Amino acid sequence: MEYFLELFLGGLTRGSIYALIALGYTMVYGIIKLINFAHGEIYMIGAFTALIISGVLAQFGLPGWSILLMTLPIAVIYSSAYGFTIEKIAYRPLRGAPRLSPLISAIGMSIFLQNYVLLAQTADFLPFPALLPELAFMEGFSGIMNSSELFIVLTAAAVMAGLTAYIKYTRMGKAMRATSQNQRMAMLVGVNVDNVISMTFVIGSALAAVGGVLIASHVGQINFYIGFIAGIKAFTAAVLGGIGSVPGAMLGGLVLGWTESFATGYVSSDYEDVFAFALLVLILIFRPSGILGKEEGHKV
Amino acid sequence: MIKKLTSAVAVAAGIGLIGIGVAQADEIVFGVPGAHTGDLASYGLPTINAAKLVADKYNAKGGVLGRMIKVVPQDDQCKPELAVNAAMKLVSEEATVAMGHICSGATKAALPVYGDSKIVVMSPSATNPPLTTSGDYPNFFRTIARDDAQGQLAASFTIEKLGAKKIAVIHDKGDYGKGFAEFAKAAVDGSGAATSVLFEGVTPGAVDYSAVVQKVKHSGADAVIFGGYHPEASKIVMAMRKKNLKIPFVSDDGVKDPTFIKVAGVFAEGVFATGPQDSSGNPLYAVALAEHKKAFNAEPGAFFFNAYSAALALMNAIEKAGSTDYDKIVKALKTEYVETPVGKIKFDSIGDAEGVGFDVYMVANGVFVQAE
Amino acid sequence: MQDLKKSLLTAAWFMFLTFPIMVIRVNTVEDTIEWRWHNLALVGISAFILSYVWRYFMVRRERGGGKPQTDAAPPTPAWVSIVIEDKRILYPLLAAFTGFVASFPFLFSMYQTNIMISAMVFVMLGLGLNIVVGLAGLLDLGFVAFYAVGAYSYALLNEHFGLGFWVVLPLSAILGTFVGVLLGFPVLRLRGDYLAIVTLGFGEIIRLVLENWGAFTHGPSGIANIPRPGFLWIEFGLKDGITFMYYVMIALVLFTILVVTRLKYSRIGRAWLALREDEIACQAMGIDKTKTKLMAFALGATWASMAGVVFAAKTSFVNPASFTFMESAIILSIVVLGGMGSTLGVICGAMILILLPEHLRAFAEYRMIIFGATMVLFMVFRPQGLIRDRRRKHTLKKPDDTPVSGDAGKVVDAHG
Repeated sequence: MEYFLELFLGGLTRGSIYALIALGYTMVYGIIKLINFAHGEIYMIGAFTALIISGVLAQFGLPGWSILLMTLPIAVIYSSAYGFTIEKIAYRPLRGAPRLSPLISAIGMSIFLQNYVLLAQTADFLPFPALLPELAFMEGFSGIMNSSELFIVLTAAAVMAGLTAYIKYTRMGKAMRATSQNQRMAMLVGVNVDNVISMTFVIGSALAAVGGVLIASHVGQINFYIGFIAGIKAFTAAVLGGIGSVPGAMLGGLVLGWTESFATGYVSSDYEDVFAFALLVLILIFRPSGILGKEEGHKV
Repeated sequence: MIKKLTSAVAVAAGIGLIGIGVAQADEIVFGVPGAHTGDLASYGLPTINAAKLVADKYNAKGGVLGRMIKVVPQDDQCKPELAVNAAMKLVSEEATVAMGHICSGATKAALPVYGDSKIVVMSPSATNPPLTTSGDYPNFFRTIARDDAQGQLAASFTIEKLGAKKIAVIHDKGDYGKGFAEFAKAAVDGSGAATSVLFEGVTPGAVDYSAVVQKVKHSGADAVIFGGYHPEASKIVMAMRKKNLKIPFVSDDGVKDPTFIKVAGVFAEGVFATGPQDSSGNPLYAVALAEHKKAFNAEPGAFFFNAYSAALALMNAIEKAGSTDYDKIVKALKTEYVETPVGKIKFDSIGDAEGVGFDVYMVANGVFVQAE
Repeated sequence: MQDLKKSLLTAAWFMFLTFPIMVIRVNTVEDTIEWRWHNLALVGISAFILSYVWRYFMVRRERGGGKPQTDAAPPTPAWVSIVIEDKRILYPLLAAFTGFVASFPFLFSMYQTNIMISAMVFVMLGLGLNIVVGLAGLLDLGFVAFYAVGAYSYALLNEHFGLGFWVVLPLSAILGTFVGVLLGFPVLRLRGDYLAIVTLGFGEIIRLVLENWGAFTHGPSGIANIPRPGFLWIEFGLKDGITFMYYVMIALVLFTILVVTRLKYSRIGRAWLALREDEIACQAMGIDKTKTKLMAFALGATWASMAGVVFAAKTSFVNPASFTFMESAIILSIVVLGGMGSTLGVICGAMILILLPEHLRAFAEYRMIIFGATMVLFMVFRPQGLIRDRRRKHTLKKPDDTPVSGDAGKVVDAHG
């Protein structure tokens, strides 16, 4: 039973990270129907910016807490700025182009960003400072869950609650929902679609940066390639939950995290990804739009 | 637009074609094929640095045999098909010798191409045993230990010195790590004194390894042998220690890397890793390290010292052979000892480095020291 | 003035954006920081210049793209249509091209010939995927799975049973078809991007099985010493073997083009196009959706599998590292960049995407960043791909002023 709990909590941590990144995919997809392959790279850039900023701040001998408080917002701002710029350069000119063209542009952008960081920084793995504080009361539970894992789960939950509220209650949130339902209609009723799309990229990128900083601080190292695998997994999670649906991305992330954790624990980690993808195939066969996705009617 | 793009492509193609004809007769073309982009770039790029440092050193003294050394890196991303392309590119640029490739798979794919053109290849990092033991590749040499030798050593150390009875063997599913782990597992099971209770591969680059760590804990193992590179090793060790799993962690040459200690920090203390004998006490090791820091203002990356040694060995062989003739270089490699950061080495009849004993190291106070 | 202000703003924005990553390099080990201010200046200046270039091309694009809204005039550059339509230019050009292709291995080095073979392998893969994505409109992100099936079938059959290239080639085609149907079957219900992720999953599953099922596939250490094709009883050395493979590839590519072109204009080809344009309407027209989709999957897989055999023979070594998601992405890029559905486009796309990184070798570590940027720029400035698919059109002849007698509305077969 304890073993089960350990695997459950491990899966919860991993799933929370997937969910944070998956939100970016799902929001962008919901609005412009684009699989933003460069999203994993945004996550990586968020982590790298955090590494650089915290390195500079550490020079001044500031305590860990204040470094985290300054680093996280800066990483979020930079990631958002990258998301915003990428949309402007690589996707906006492609609106109205054949559906697959932006996808290829996204793949190109992903290759570009990876190599940009590789060249401007380094190919090596860099140690990432443990920015998340160790909580004294977690000592006793360290066998099953430690403080950084707790932070990840709590932050993910808080961010998701915040996002849900934002989409539900704010003006921009309403505009986003309207745009995702019908872009042309949204324009007719006075929604500035360009702004909505930019905002979507900005928010999605910000969430990815939060995920990047948390996980980098948890595992203690980063390099230019971390975005790729995280990106693919998060994308899988988004589709699993029903792409375009915000609660779906959260659920998809958690289901994927748990599947991997239990597959490793009870079967073999050799095939953890096989289990993850097999689950995806199975779910999509029985629910072709994902767990929480809506089956849309199709017009001729 | 299309016109512009086609002409751009044509220009690029033109540059590529011009690139072929630049090898001059009075230069020694030193090919450095390996992963320079993509997910494994961090293992390939340090070898370019090593090659450049060694080349600069020789060139400052007037070159080898009075000829300047020209380093020509060729990227293969550790993919076999690109490795073949890189090899052919080096052949067409009339490379004298090559140091690479990084991954065993890519090396195996590329070797016949070099073999056909009589080019000596020395890898700083390809550890798959058949590369030398199969006898298929007489032009191949390496400055790193074979998987089987290291796996054997790691297993016997864990059983005899650490007194482990139940050993969990983990690997990173790569050709290097899995090879090492398979040999270690065989040695553990064959020893009679201990058994392997777990044999699992982790996915490289996964966001965390807590599930695998829980599984190790659950298996009741009293030691872990890990085959793979330092990024995964440090993640696993950190997860183990954070989860209060304090059993010994024994790994391979891919982990015996300063970056491992930097990344894992205090959690690296007490980790064991096999590696070439007494390298850090070696004066040339310090020289190479200092040169790298001076030139690139950074710590050297993975396989840097193996690569530095390979470059020294190759240049020394050309110098001793007195010519760039294939047979003479091979003969020099097999007969002449050379001082390198990994020790005083020459190569045995199948191409493995001789004179490099292998030892087990332990992290103590932030450095690797020889384990008792 | 307006432009200057915009460009200055762009420069400032990029200087801000790239500041941490381009300027600061932190050594987290020794806690030293390197400030590379010259990079900031570099970014500023290049962003300033590039913003002018970008705007210039954007304006050109707007002007070019706005004009031909009627379907009668596809925006193919004039010189292309002139070349294709004027037989006096086309034939000598074709003859010269054929001569060049035929004598290629003797004009250029072994390296050049070898990368041409690589490019042609990807032409085959591209044409195969073109059936699935370009014609039938099914987005497949795991196409590399079938490529792996072909490569491993040759490697394993050769290792265990000593079967040669010429025997395995048709066998692998059959195997590919079979696997295509097998993987195609469960995903028939899925649409668009859901299909994409499931195929991506299949691609990964096949790679992971190859990686982990060591007893069968030799795992990550791969299979070495796979022979190149011989001719009857003749075995070639390395150089002649490459040259021979070049001609084998030419023949295979020509065969592929022939079959794909015939398929495209056949009944099933038109069914694919209908499926691509609108699934429901296609069903309403009485087309068997299941059969049509499976045919697309199976035929695409057949070609990928054959390309895999050639790949294994050419590289003489296979391991799972050659069959990652990146390969699927490259093949898909070939199809989209070349122009979905267009055979000539796919060929051009493969030539560019495979030969470009090879020719960029001179730029060493910059080659992949240039490659990525090229992909983005290509899509931005030519989203419909290099060459637009030219479908055979059947138009009704306009009735003349003269009273129409019996054969009114004679069907004219106009190519393009």
